[in-house]
Amino acid sequence: MGKLHLELVTPEKVMISQDVDIVVAPGSIGEFGVLEGHVPFLSGIVPGELRYSSAGQTEHFVVTTGFAEISDNKVSILVDAAEKAAEIDVERAREARERAEKRLAARGAEDIDFARAEAALKRAMVRIRVAEKKM
Amino acid sequence: MATLREIQQKIGAVRKTRQITKAMNMVAAAKLRGAQMRMEGFEPYATKFAEVLGNLAARIEPDIHPLLVKRESVTRVELLHFTGDRGLCGSFNANLINQAEKWIKNEEGRGAVCKLTTVGKKGGDYFAKRNYEVIDRHVNLYGKVDISFANKMTAGFIDRYSAGEADEVYLMYSRFVSMSRQVPTLTKLIPIEPPRLEEGEQDVGGAAEYLCEPDPEALLIELLPKHISVQIYNAFLQNETSEHAARMAAMDNASKNCNELIDSLTLVYNKARQAAITAELMDIVGGAEALKG
Repeated sequence: MGKLHLELVTPEKVMISQDVDIVVAPGSIGEFGVLEGHVPFLSGIVPGELRYSSAGQTEHFVVTTGFAEISDNKVSILVDAAEKAAEIDVERAREARERAEKRLAARGAEDIDFARAEAALKRAMVRIRVAEKKM
Repeated sequence: MATLREIQQKIGAVRKTRQITKAMNMVAAAKLRGAQMRMEGFEPYATKFAEVLGNLAARIEPDIHPLLVKRESVTRVELLHFTGDRGLCGSFNANLINQAEKWIKNEEGRGAVCKLTTVGKKGGDYFAKRNYEVIDRHVNLYGKVDISFANKMTAGFIDRYSAGEADEVYLMYSRFVSMSRQVPTLTKLIPIEPPRLEEGEQDVGGAAEYLCEPDPEALLIELLPKHISVQIYNAFLQNETSEHAARMAAMDNASKNCNELIDSLTLVYNKARQAAITAELMDIVGGAEALKG
């Protein structure tokens, strides 16, 4: 029933497009919440948890990097990838974390892509965190 | 004149070819649908992205970021070149390669050194064989790429640009216009020319005064590399869709040609059969006449 319209867009598809009451997103300098009537606002998005409520129901999503634009009671969030918390495969995320940790530990051995491994680790950790919180 | 048996064999062969081209046509159609869906799925993202970036760029000094600054002397250029991994798609790959070669000749004529990064087996093989300087070759990627791969490519280009190994980076791919039209397209990746707000979309005064977090400059710096990734990813999707469309058209033509060939061969076959029967009859009649005599 909210008058705030949320759009979560990834390169693959539009993940969410619906009216909500409140959106809380992980901004690059801290989490921020958006309610109806927010001023026009632009922010970077860092890997973390995105949640929104509509009609008393709260949904959780995991997002990676991107940015958010808010204008005219429209929240557009553009990220590289997003996933519904309930659909996260915790087992897989754990494996990904282990892989990333191993790779980071072995650095120096070969010229591994350090930044990439670190980003992978961060992603995996965020996913595990959000998924476990949900349960 | 060919014997009856020979003609029949030929008809059989053409039939089999037609079966193959028909099958390829259908496979291409199915793949095209998938590729087109991916392409359409990406559109909202690309549109929104261009809008926000244009908005930001309009409010910021153009020389805030090295990626925006044009270099005065351009002696080293790079081209990211897209082709298909497979043939049998008409002039699709040839068009892309010819365009690129023309462009490279032109650049070299101006005294610039040109290096290539290729996506797609066809272009990669072609340029590698002809002593072009190929930095990197990617094959068998279509349909498997996500934006993070484009990010990685972008990082490579930006590294080389920042290190002064390249003064300009271009991108060439086949843009999907319609089922029957795919156009090889060249765009400049670096230095970035930010997308202009289109006329009538939002005049500068109306461009919303955003609160930015962190500040507009930092945000823009974050978004610029992404802008390159978006273009590269778009090229992947467009090129893939174009390739399937081109193959569909080529295979459709081939099937039609097979039909024509079968028709004309059948005509030849019938004529030859008729001629044989007539000749036999003549023999019999002649023989009967002789006996009577």
